[in-house]
Amino acid sequence: MKVRFPLILCLIMGIIGMVAYYVPHKAVQNFDNELRNTALRIIFAFSLVLGVGSIIRHHWEKIKRKREFWEYSYVTLISLFLTAFIGLFGGIDGRGLIKMEIGKFSFDIQTIYVNMAIPLGATMFSLLAYFMASAAYRAFRARNLEAILLLVAAFIVMLASVPPVARLIPKLPYISEWILDVPNTAAKRGMLFGITLGVLSTSLKILLGIERGWLGGK
Amino acid sequence: MFLFLLFTFIIEPPKNVKAIDNPNDDGNKILITWELSPSDSILDGYEILRRSEKEECFYKIGFVGPNRNSFLDENTEDNLNYYYQIVAVKDTIKVLSEISQPAKSYPQWFNKGKLIILLTFFLFGFLILYFIKRARKIELFIRRIAGLSAVEEAVGRATEMGKPVLFVPGLSGMSDVATIAALNILSEVAKKIAQYDVKLIVPNNDPIVYTVAREIVKEAYTSIGKPDAFNPDSVFYLTDSQFAYAAGVDGIMVRERPATNFFCGYFYAESLILAETGAQTGAIQIAATDSITQLPFFIVACDYTLIGEELYAASAYLSKEPILLGSLKGQDYGKFLIIIILTFLSIISLLFNFVIK
Repeated sequence: MKVRFPLILCLIMGIIGMVAYYVPHKAVQNFDNELRNTALRIIFAFSLVLGVGSIIRHHWEKIKRKREFWEYSYVTLISLFLTAFIGLFGGIDGRGLIKMEIGKFSFDIQTIYVNMAIPLGATMFSLLAYFMASAAYRAFRARNLEAILLLVAAFIVMLASVPPVARLIPKLPYISEWILDVPNTAAKRGMLFGITLGVLSTSLKILLGIERGWLGGK
Repeated sequence: MFLFLLFTFIIEPPKNVKAIDNPNDDGNKILITWELSPSDSILDGYEILRRSEKEECFYKIGFVGPNRNSFLDENTEDNLNYYYQIVAVKDTIKVLSEISQPAKSYPQWFNKGKLIILLTFFLFGFLILYFIKRARKIELFIRRIAGLSAVEEAVGRATEMGKPVLFVPGLSGMSDVATIAALNILSEVAKKIAQYDVKLIVPNNDPIVYTVAREIVKEAYTSIGKPDAFNPDSVFYLTDSQFAYAAGVDGIMVRERPATNFFCGYFYAESLILAETGAQTGAIQIAATDSITQLPFFIVACDYTLIGEELYAASAYLSKEPILLGSLKGQDYGKFLIIIILTFLSIISLLFNFVIK
């Protein structure tokens, strides 16, 4: 039953999803929307509790056993509880249960998001520029025919994007456009065919209970 | 005054006004079409008037510009008769068309526009199921996928070095098939890791994926007879913020120095941040994704990359179960069929264009 029940549930939900795709009738669409919105939200809320529990357990264990870099776990846990406290009592925009303001500075989720989450995210994103340079160096080493082709194609596309070069060699933007529109699009579409068939095959195997990796391969 | 009289005579009303239930929808919509007025070029546009069987007179429900010959009324009551009239408008002059036949809106039970998708689904589904059935009887040849053949070597390397294996199941949720495929790979990888007694690290971005991943790893340890070796702390939830997750995983790579990194599932802009950090720590890296925009980054930064469909083939390939391998054969024949159809249609199209010219 431990295996059969999830399989039956998966089959029923899969069939409902499929039927909802082909049947525009309100009765089916409303039921599907209810499942997608309400039921999924409830499942997500429960799993979020498990997720937060996982963070606390993971870092508490680290502190308890004094594993390597255990001091940083304090930072995570304190940040977690502090943010939760501010969110619960300071609210989203400072109009929460308790007035948490020092002068003009308001301790609320929006303040944390705008002043901490966004700059920190942007910092990580900006690292991408440096990583791109090092990845490009590795990719553009002309080791074999494929790498040479990649190098030449990238060189043309990059040069065509530089206005003075495009003015010097007027045909370059057209060659660049052809590379992007013809061989590049053809390769992308070829991959998409394979991906679509892979998705279809995986979905069928899961619905029919042939693929059970998601159940731990039982 | 003269111009007014002139326009009154010149402007002709639109003809052949037809109203039908808008096809393939959930009701409450009627599609109105008409033949353009011969005076269309000088018109300001067309007013759409409506009257239901419960009402006495027509009311304006919309206006479209010139050279437009259809209007979708999205505010109807199902199973109630509606009549429509189209008015050609030029300044203050309005010329009315004939009244349309009555039309009712009602919801449909099947979207006929998706019939071809359903037929294709059945065709490819049949191919896949046929080969799955065939695989039970005879051994099918499956081409070698370098990235998957390297999994054993990658886990072996971690064993020899005494370092952990990092598995990143992508940044998508459980509703994405790529995530399910990634978790299927995790199941097979976890079994190998359990056999070799290597430390496994699975940081998660989605709480639902985390709960499923945890159960999968636990089951993998149980299936090879080592339930006690499972460390619940090895699978954990990190954060659902994209770059905070990237920072967290990068931190794990730098601190723990895993011997092998797996990046399986759907990735976004963080793909290169993860893969480059992994490359700099000297880990052997295997990526598998169907995110076409992120594939180039993985190809340059990882040792092996499973491209697109190979992500979905991975669990079958690793488990070596004949039934699952049969589905791969079905996929290959599906692609072969698509290539034949596309080539045939391209030739027909070329010939057709050539004959017309």
